[in-house]
Amino acid sequence: MSDTVVWLNILGIGLGSYLLRLSFIALWQRLRIPALVDEGLTYVPAAVLAALVVPALVRPEGVIDLSPDNLRLVAGLLAAAVAWFSRSVLFTLVAGMGALWLLTWLDWGTMP
Amino acid sequence: MQRRRDIFTSGVLVVVPMLPGTVPFGMVAGLTAVDAGLSAAQAMTMSLIIFAGAAQLATLQLIAESAVSAVILLTALTINLRLAMYSASLAPHWQHLGRGWQASLAFLLADPNYAVTIQRYRMNDADWRERGHWYFLGSGITLWLTWQAATAVGVFMAARVPGNWHLDFSIPLVFMALLVPVLANRAHALAALTGGTVATLAAGMPFNLGIVTGTFAGIAVGRFAARRRTGG
Repeated sequence: MSDTVVWLNILGIGLGSYLLRLSFIALWQRLRIPALVDEGLTYVPAAVLAALVVPALVRPEGVIDLSPDNLRLVAGLLAAAVAWFSRSVLFTLVAGMGALWLLTWLDWGTMP
Repeated sequence: MQRRRDIFTSGVLVVVPMLPGTVPFGMVAGLTAVDAGLSAAQAMTMSLIIFAGAAQLATLQLIAESAVSAVILLTALTINLRLAMYSASLAPHWQHLGRGWQASLAFLLADPNYAVTIQRYRMNDADWRERGHWYFLGSGITLWLTWQAATAVGVFMAARVPGNWHLDFSIPLVFMALLVPVLANRAHALAALTGGTVATLAAGMPFNLGIVTGTFAGIAVGRFAARRRTGG
């Protein structure tokens, strides 16, 4: 991806995100969220986060791989357990990255 | 009557316990940006103007996969749709403010400061009706500055990490830590289950549309499950 395209992506997302933030604050006199949309919006975080997590673990190489050879799946499941009990970003990162490094080392006999 | 400065300070203090979650998240945003091939200036600009971690990380993942810009934009803004929901929720409290105030406060809108501010407004203190935005300002500025500092540390570290440490794996790990607290009930769990499954099956779709497809499928199932439950 060219440098210019990366810049355009960043600026476009920055502008779009700002307009989403400002939307109802600025236009409250004229604009209300329809009930149907409001109800749907509460499911965005759960749906989108899972849509980001699951493929990254289950098909890291582009094909679905549920075997224990899929190190990202094994490390990810361990991290999910840590996330569930600790509710901490830091502990989840430490557990997941640590597990992936350890498994990679056991698998290949070398650290990166 | 509580002074503005005291309300601002209590806003700063309320987010301090959340910073241990914000710092590693921001560092990942910086590290993985450089890992995905962005320059230091691009990595910092993302944090400066987007200021929304989940959207930033999804953007980096899609840039690394060379997705087309329209899909990157669509995916990032879908993730940030919740900001419009927060905007609608805070809007009635800020109608007495001028355009300049509204435009500035909107820039700082993020998950943690929204959560603490709306909770405080719901206590319905007379003092706060006029001055509650100072609380939002204090918490927002603190988060924004912490986010920039953490991103900068990540960018700085990335330039000094040799070899392949699988740093891209930190992206789904952060999402996982964010996902757990939103699985509040059965409808949200079903939305997540559907979102994850559909996104995985659709990951081969052209133009990397799998994430957006999974998201909208998850939203539909979540709403349907909640409606059945309430008989609505």
